[in-house]
Formats: sequence, structure tokens, C-alpha cells
Amino acid sequence: MNSPPTVAHPAHKDYEGSKLGMWLFLFTEILLFGGLFILYSAYRARYPLEFHNSGQHLNVVIGVVNTIILLTSSLTVAISITALRRRDRKLSLLSLSATIALGAAFLANKYIEWSGEIHHGLYPNSPALMQRPHGDQIFFGLYYSMTGLHGLHVLAGIVLLSVVLVFVIREKITGTDFNKLENAGLYWHLVDVIWIFLLPLFYLAA
Amino acid sequence: MEQTDMQEHIIPYRTLVFVWLLLILFTAILVSASRLFHETLSVGAMLVLTPIKAGLVFFYFMHLKYEKTYLKALVLLTLGLLVLVIGLLFFDVLYR
Repeated sequence: MNSPPTVAHPAHKDYEGSKLGMWLFLFTEILLFGGLFILYSAYRARYPLEFHNSGQHLNVVIGVVNTIILLTSSLTVAISITALRRRDRKLSLLSLSATIALGAAFLANKYIEWSGEIHHGLYPNSPALMQRPHGDQIFFGLYYSMTGLHGLHVLAGIVLLSVVLVFVIREKITGTDFNKLENAGLYWHLVDVIWIFLLPLFYLAA
Repeated sequence: MEQTDMQEHIIPYRTLVFVWLLLILFTAILVSASRLFHETLSVGAMLVLTPIKAGLVFFYFMHLKYEKTYLKALVLLTLGLLVLVIGLLFFDVLYR
């Protein structure tokens, strides 16, 4: 028996719906971190002096360097999209790889920073911290929760961008079908925006 | 339909680099203000410059400036909700 003739349909792709879906997901992320910012504000209002003093134990240099790293990585992922759309695959791949490397550098700095603080006995429930005022304990609890959750997002972003990089190499993402790269870029930019708010809250408000 | 048919605008490299330079400049101002000036001034700089930095990322890097009105409205709605809740929180903290 002959099989029925197959008709080749172009794959249906809803780019606008895909982007809208990504934005809706980002809204949930904004509200997740927003909730933590509200928690921070409420406790800062209750323990202004303790938050001020505790902030002085953080490493401002690493905080600022990490800010520059993330801002630059946002630039490189945006360049990657423009390059791909202008059919410059080489530049697109190069800047996408640079974004992933910068993300890794951010996490490496975070590791150095946290190691230093843990070495000084400043971690949740540590004996040194338990002897300090209640406001200090809350400050460091919030610091580790918020920068830790943000760090997990950086890690997720690195994995996402690595998958997208493979797609670009295999030409599953091209200058005429770049939606996955765009959505991964949106996620990465949001991770950058969250850090833009974390910098003044923890590092500069001391 | 190709994606380029519905999305014409490509952000030029020079715009992206200019936005990045502004972001670095604002960060430098924020850090200097927190080191050099009185707390009131430095908190003021934070309250003004931090949302501007986030806005630059949203509008240019995240392409929001060139998106349809309904998407801009949705972003505004979400951020508006957050600002409203933060406002209510401060109302509660100040007048409790």
C-alpha cells in the first residue's frame, strides 16, 4: 500500500508569542526579587545602624568589578544579536562566547568574595555572627540569600547562553530566526538589572 | 514568515556601546558619591541613577523602546505594582 503523499509545511513559529512568554516569565522574576527588595527595605528601616555598619564588611572593589563585568556582558550579548542579524556569524559567536566567559568571571569573583567573608566568620548562624547584634545577622542573612539567588540566576544564564551558542554554531539560530538568542539575551539582561539594584543596596549604602 | 519580517529594527553597534558607556559612567558617579559625599546626597544619587541605569538596559539592551505598546504597558504595569507595594511598605513603616 502506498503511503499518502506528504506535504511539506513550513514549521509554524510564533515569534511574538515566544517573546511575550519570555517577558511574562521575567515579570515573575521581577516580583520574586522585588519581594526580597521589600524585605530588605523593611529590615533596613528597622535596623538602619546595623545595616550601615555591616555593609562596611563587604568588599566594595569586588562588588564594583562585578558590576562592570555584568554591564559589559549585557553589551556583548546585545552585540551578538545585532551581529547575527547583520549576517556576521563570527562576531556573533565571539561576543556570545565573551558573554559566557564574563558570566563565569562574575561567579569566580563571587567565590573569592564569599570565601573571604566566610573566612572572617561572617556567614549565617556562624558563632562570630551570632554574637553580633540581631540587625547584623539579618543583614548577612539577606546578603547571602539575595546575592546567592542572583548567583544561581547567573549560573542558569551561563547554561542557557551555552545552549544558544551551540544552536548558533549548528545554524539552528540564524539571522532570520534568532528568537531563542533574543530570549536568552532578555534573561541575561534582567539578571544584569537585578545586580544594578543589588550594588547600591549592599555595597554602596554603608 | 521570517522573524525579520515582523521585526525590522536592528540596534546599531554604536548605540549599544554608547548605552554601555553611560551605564559605566553612572556606576562611577554612584560609587564616587557613596565614598565622597554625605549620605543624603549619595542616597539621592542612588534613587535617581539606579532606576535610570535599569531603564537604559530595559529600553535599549532589551529592545523595549522598539516593542509594541502593549508590551511596554505590561512592563509598566508590573513595575508599577512593585512601586505601589514598596510605597505601601514605607507608609506602613513610617506611620506604624
